[in-house]
Amino acid sequence: MKFFNENLPYILAGISVGGQYALIAIGYTMVYGILRLINFAHGDIFMVAGLMMVYFSTAMPLYAAIPLVLALTVLLGFVIERVAYKPLRNAPRMSIMISAIGVSYLLQNMALYVTGGLAKQYPPIPWISDIINIGTATTKRVTVITPVLTIVLVVALVILIKYTKIGMAMRAVSRDFETARLMGIKINNVISTTFIIGSLLAGVGSLLYFTNYTGVVPTAGAMPGLKAFVAAVFGGIGSIPGAVVGAFIIGICESLIKGAGWTTFSDAFTFALLIVILVAKPTGLFGEKTTDKV
Amino acid sequence: MKKVIALSLALALLLALTACGGSTSSAAPASSAAPSASGDAAVDVIKIGVYEPASGDNGAGGKQETLGIQYANSLVNTVNVGGKDYKVELVIVDNESSNDKGPSAAASLVSSGVSIALGSYGSGVSIAASDVFANAGIPVIGVTCTNPQVTEGNTHYFRICFLDPFQGTVLANFATDSFSAKTAYSLAKLGDDYSVGLCYYFQQAFEALGGKVIYETFPEGNSDFTPYLTKAKNEGADVFFAPVSTEAAALIIEQANAQSLGIPMMAGDTWDSNVILNAAKGTKTDLYVTTFFDEGTDDEQGAEFVKGIKEWINANPTNLSNNGGDDTIAAVSAMGYDAYFTALEAIKAAGSADPKAVNEALWKVDYTGISGRIVFNETGDAIRDAAFVKKVNTETGKWEFVAIQGVN
Repeated sequence: MKFFNENLPYILAGISVGGQYALIAIGYTMVYGILRLINFAHGDIFMVAGLMMVYFSTAMPLYAAIPLVLALTVLLGFVIERVAYKPLRNAPRMSIMISAIGVSYLLQNMALYVTGGLAKQYPPIPWISDIINIGTATTKRVTVITPVLTIVLVVALVILIKYTKIGMAMRAVSRDFETARLMGIKINNVISTTFIIGSLLAGVGSLLYFTNYTGVVPTAGAMPGLKAFVAAVFGGIGSIPGAVVGAFIIGICESLIKGAGWTTFSDAFTFALLIVILVAKPTGLFGEKTTDKV
Repeated sequence: MKKVIALSLALALLLALTACGGSTSSAAPASSAAPSASGDAAVDVIKIGVYEPASGDNGAGGKQETLGIQYANSLVNTVNVGGKDYKVELVIVDNESSNDKGPSAAASLVSSGVSIALGSYGSGVSIAASDVFANAGIPVIGVTCTNPQVTEGNTHYFRICFLDPFQGTVLANFATDSFSAKTAYSLAKLGDDYSVGLCYYFQQAFEALGGKVIYETFPEGNSDFTPYLTKAKNEGADVFFAPVSTEAAALIIEQANAQSLGIPMMAGDTWDSNVILNAAKGTKTDLYVTTFFDEGTDDEQGAEFVKGIKEWINANPTNLSNNGGDDTIAAVSAMGYDAYFTALEAIKAAGSADPKAVNEALWKVDYTGISGRIVFNETGDAIRDAAFVKKVNTETGKWEFVAIQGVN
């Protein structure tokens, strides 16, 4: 029991971080599933959502700022796809990847210009940033809300993909791009929807993440983005449940490693895990078997 | 048709980028170019380089240090050398708080022909650029870089602030004197010369006083500090010592409050910043720092400086935002102010703008600034024997003077 009491804060922090990684990881994994593209700009969309919240919260009340930030984040994801990826749809896959890296740096540098390179303090959101006690641990309420909200959103997403028309179209497109197009599926709409869902989740993720870790800097999206990407690969890129499970495993392991006193190695662990997974099971935990189309 | 749209979109993106880039790069030189435009060819110019971070981890502090230098320059911008008046012009570069980018920022100072350079906030970047200045034969005055390695083994790097072995000892003494601390938790950032160094000296001194130190580091880009705070709590530490950059500090304070840390937090001079005040305001934290200068000083010269710089900062929105949005005067601004006048003294004593002559003259400079008397010893460090201890009043969000702490 003593062991549990001492480690409870680590486990709570781990679950909460895992949930936030999961929300970002879904964006990576969905875009990959459909476009076979690793959207490097995704972590930066997450950062921009955080930054917008900082600025909007000073100009308007929170109940107006939060929906507006989510709407603008969705719009940003949509615009990026239309401007930077759509024109390259028939180009070699490498070009579109480079374009994604370009967008990532563009967003980071614009944030650097706007903020002047200084950390911005994220506004406290009432209720969810209140301090509560759980057993022996003291933490913010957001820590408990994150995993619950993550699971709810993921279930909703899975239902959307399984039982709706657009979901069916998404599955068809991810199976076979060309055939889906021949069958009359409007590819562009499907892809835009994917980016919209991914950005919305990243926006929600940024709300939760920055409520816990209140400093927003231009590079704030880089590390969570990278970790979420590792989580997506770990769970099998293209698989939504895989990304969520991967994210929770990485979040909890990271936190426990820090708790065990090997703080220096917590990041090294994440990336070592990536290598091990890629060597042992290249498709990840829940990854689909690759069927090379001849 | 599609190609045309794609191309025009790409072009639009590029334009947006250059528009941003253009305005940032033109903003920085504008401030330094303005004085020279009025000076023209009639008056000769002596250039002083300002090697400070304006972005990155230490951007906030670097900007405040630069403000002190700019304010000093706005008061006295001429120097009489050999019976002739020279205009003093500041050349400001941004070293981005980065050990990789610092040397190229320093190189741009060298190529613009500065006689002496001031900076930097952050010991790591100072050490990184030391060789660039040494090779060009340009002397540098370190303003608030407290790591001993900055001036060790060279003859061109000077420093006007106290050193980390001293600061670490002061903090250790303060922890035992004021909190009768037996166990201390100390946290540094991996690969950061300043925090690792200060934690090391703190540990040395604290253990010599009979205490126990738990030392941990966190990696770059880390934002979850709850495991570290939990560890400190579980191990029964009496003080939490974290002399890290203000960016990480804001996160630590926030999370310490959320976790109800319940023990005093201490840090070095970096935390003497309004970033910390803003983060700690309204929280239930107990927070102490050691620093170089106190805003509420009784000293006549110091009080005059505080009044003057407050007016100067409030008069200009850019200065106000560089100071973090309010007119709280950080110790680093006072140090920047002193560094500028120390540099002027050296130029006067050298009787020329030649960097080599200035370097020679610096050894003999004896200047009493607002932070105390500045005389350099054989390693090029100013001799200091006391530090100010301040604490955050979490209700008003202001600093409260606690004590002047020496070494027992």
